[in-house]
Amino acid sequence: MRTRWIAVLRTPVGAGAGLLLLGVLLLAVFAPVLWSHQANAIDTDHLLQGSSAQHWLGTDNLGRDIFYRVLVASRTSILLALLATAIAVVTGLALGSAPAILGKRGGRAAIAVVNIAVAFPGLLLALFFAVVFGVGAKGAVLAIGFAGAPSFARLTQTLVAGVAERDFIAAARIAGVGRFRMLVRHILPNIAEPLVVNATIGAGGTLLAFAGLSFIGLGVQPPAYDWGRMLGESLSGIYVHPAAALAPGVAVVIAGLAFNLFGEAVAKGLGVQVPRARWTSRTPEAVPARDSDAVLVVEDLQVSFPGPVTPVRGVSFTIRKGEIVGLVGESGSGKSLTALAVAQLIEPPGQVTAAELSFLGAPLLGRLPVRSTAATRRRLLGTSFAMVFQDPMTSFNPTKRIGVQLAEGAREHQGLSRRAAMNRAIDRLRAVRVPAAERRAHQYPHEFSGGMRQRAMIGMGLMGTPALIVADEPTTALDVTVQRQVLRLLETIRSEDDVAVLLISHDISVVAEICDRVLVMYAGRVVEDLPATELATGARHPYTRALLAAVPDLDTALDEPLAVIPGRPVDPARLPDGCAFAARCSFASDRCRTEDPVLVDQVACWHPQAQAEYSSFRTGQR
Amino acid sequence: MSELRFDDVTVRFGRGGRALTAVDGVDLTVPSGQVVGLVGESGSGKSTLARAAVGLAEPAGGQILLDGVPLRHRPGARRPLQMVFQDPYSSLDPRMTVGDSIAEAMPRGARRRDEVVRLLELVGLDADRVSAYPGALSGGQRQRVAIARAVAGQPDVLIADEITSALDVSIQGTVLNLVRTLQRELRLSMLFISHNLAVVRYVSDIVAVMYLGRIVEVGPARDVLGNPQHPYTKELLAAAPRRGSTALPPPDAVADAEPADPHHPPAGCRFHPRCPVGPLIRTDREHCLTLDPTTEADHRLHRAACHHAAGVLRAVGSNPPVLMELKEDSL
Repeated sequence: MRTRWIAVLRTPVGAGAGLLLLGVLLLAVFAPVLWSHQANAIDTDHLLQGSSAQHWLGTDNLGRDIFYRVLVASRTSILLALLATAIAVVTGLALGSAPAILGKRGGRAAIAVVNIAVAFPGLLLALFFAVVFGVGAKGAVLAIGFAGAPSFARLTQTLVAGVAERDFIAAARIAGVGRFRMLVRHILPNIAEPLVVNATIGAGGTLLAFAGLSFIGLGVQPPAYDWGRMLGESLSGIYVHPAAALAPGVAVVIAGLAFNLFGEAVAKGLGVQVPRARWTSRTPEAVPARDSDAVLVVEDLQVSFPGPVTPVRGVSFTIRKGEIVGLVGESGSGKSLTALAVAQLIEPPGQVTAAELSFLGAPLLGRLPVRSTAATRRRLLGTSFAMVFQDPMTSFNPTKRIGVQLAEGAREHQGLSRRAAMNRAIDRLRAVRVPAAERRAHQYPHEFSGGMRQRAMIGMGLMGTPALIVADEPTTALDVTVQRQVLRLLETIRSEDDVAVLLISHDISVVAEICDRVLVMYAGRVVEDLPATELATGARHPYTRALLAAVPDLDTALDEPLAVIPGRPVDPARLPDGCAFAARCSFASDRCRTEDPVLVDQVACWHPQAQAEYSSFRTGQR
Repeated sequence: MSELRFDDVTVRFGRGGRALTAVDGVDLTVPSGQVVGLVGESGSGKSTLARAAVGLAEPAGGQILLDGVPLRHRPGARRPLQMVFQDPYSSLDPRMTVGDSIAEAMPRGARRRDEVVRLLELVGLDADRVSAYPGALSGGQRQRVAIARAVAGQPDVLIADEITSALDVSIQGTVLNLVRTLQRELRLSMLFISHNLAVVRYVSDIVAVMYLGRIVEVGPARDVLGNPQHPYTKELLAAAPRRGSTALPPPDAVADAEPADPHHPPAGCRFHPRCPVGPLIRTDREHCLTLDPTTEADHRLHRAACHHAAGVLRAVGSNPPVLMELKEDSL
């Protein structure tokens, strides 16, 4: 966290604003100590004079030097502004976090109070409180403080509500943590950053508001003086000697700017940081001859991110017509990135390179020389390529009807009329077995259950005449019974329309049931490529076997501990020299730790296991 | 070592016509020192039941009793029930060290430092992780910390809500092994919630199946999974993967039916719109549309909420119920 604050100060805006703010604050501390005498010296010989060598910015009606008075006034102005901000922050925090402390009924009352207070304009509130608390510095501080509190309370409320939803708050409640401690230890530390940033920006606004109140005579009273009062006093003479009026104005602007800029710089710096990198893709080399059945050819695919991290390191596979290929692996194995790379969905700064990446014979990588071919490629992807995501909740636009969303693509890529596209959408919904398709097409995504939404998503892919469906964990978010229905649907589509399917999943038992072929990924590589029917008995890579043994099923022995894979998945940023699985593998030898095995004869392992050793492996592992 | 009992518990969200009854009159007992596995699909109310037990949701009716005494949840007081959450990424305060998180759950007056180290070792983490922040830990390690925190509260009953579903399969096994060892060593009573039947089977002594806010079948794990009475339990069993299966099970007659809307639960048997032995398939079974099978459930084997469950019990005097007859034709 500290490093991020330092990073903020390293940006040009952050550094500039920081320096400016530091200067303003130092001035506020030291100016009265150094220059009080000069600022209060009355020079009756030079009343209301313009700028001269003796008085840079002229004098006021008692002949006091305006330059020094502006410098000295900085303390009063800034101190009062900070005081008012502190009142606003404290009151706002108290009001905003009250719902967390008071419980249900009291909390509702506190929310109502804030709601009403927010509805009043800030200036109106300030004037109202100024009248209530009386004219003078104290009254003005309270007025501006309380006027600024509602907006701060609202912010706090929103942030607190966001944090209160999280499980760790529930966990703390179950642990018997009291409400006050909950607020101080759990809630406030997690919302502190945006609050600090907003308080800083708020201080700039308060400074301005305070100058305004003093300017109209409701703020600081003589003989004390701040920038607002100086501005008000010299305004009448602005045509005679403008410097006297402009100087305090400029001071207000500079100080206000210092607070605001610093707050903005911090807000920007603490927000999401996106490292910059360029998006390049290697033009494919000469395309080798391939069999005409291939739908998708991937050769030496690499996906890398600045860091540099390469989560996908040379993946190669071919999917033929009507084939269902499973891609399994743990999180971080690169399976989803492989799918996204195939679907052209890797966003910069990610970088995709491949010796070959072609879909239905057309290369997908590299810049195309003519714009028309780029459009052709887009149309090819739009009509023949379908993608199904894990979370059907977020993959539909919640504000549009399902039918309209399905029809959209068809109108774009196939040039269908609105009616024809809608009819096709209904027909496709029927094809994916959505009951009462006509009625459902006119419903919104939230009216669909998870399984139905996933079907509609597959239906969307079927709007064209897809040759390939890439499904990224399509059943992970669904219930087991619904899972089967979606898998069965994919299988039916495959057998009816000869569509190829690339199914990505972390669950090897799901993959085993529907796929023809399974690719097992570990640390960005395909470590084994085998027919699904051989998964149970013929797996040769120790990782594939360990993965199979680790999934409990209805036949798992109850009196033994579950088989586990020791250690943890490798960090793609810190790959070992040899085989990435060596540290977790019970068969690893010295060769495994130094030499990286490549995929030979469908398995990337120096010690591929024979089928006979299988049973001993399963019981031997803890 | 305590018994947790749900006595006709109902939990409702919202008011009036838009109210959603997430848990509807649930009777369930977690016997002392045993593990009850609660299975059901999302939206069946199993998590809501757990949240009601620990005081995160307010029951609209019924009682939750610990050793026969109704539970009361006062802020700041010791909680005899502790819970482990599904998502270890959101259940630990990112601004608190692992040690502080665990220490916070301890009863007052405990020797915190030594105890934290002991708990960390108990869940298989290095003692030097005390000062680590959750951000530096992997998902499996975080879940271990969450378990240590729950155990630190010296609970009588531990509730585990889908604790492995956010973890990778390779990690899942270690967490399950840990939970089972801890439960046996500390002789904890435990409510283990999961949608994964294979996982529930592995850790539970008793299995309860929940559907649309109601318990539709409950009994010893071996019996329920070996001789399921309710068609929904059978459906769940059919959907669970078996070792070495390389083909999808054949589709059943009502495979593509939509899950019922909990806002408008069906009348009669709640499962009837999806039931493979219900009125959809067998038109003579019209009583499923109107008669609620839960009222007679106590007389059936596994308290199955199905008019056509095979095993029927009849109480003979005050003796324990015995298995009376098995109807041949009913399924």
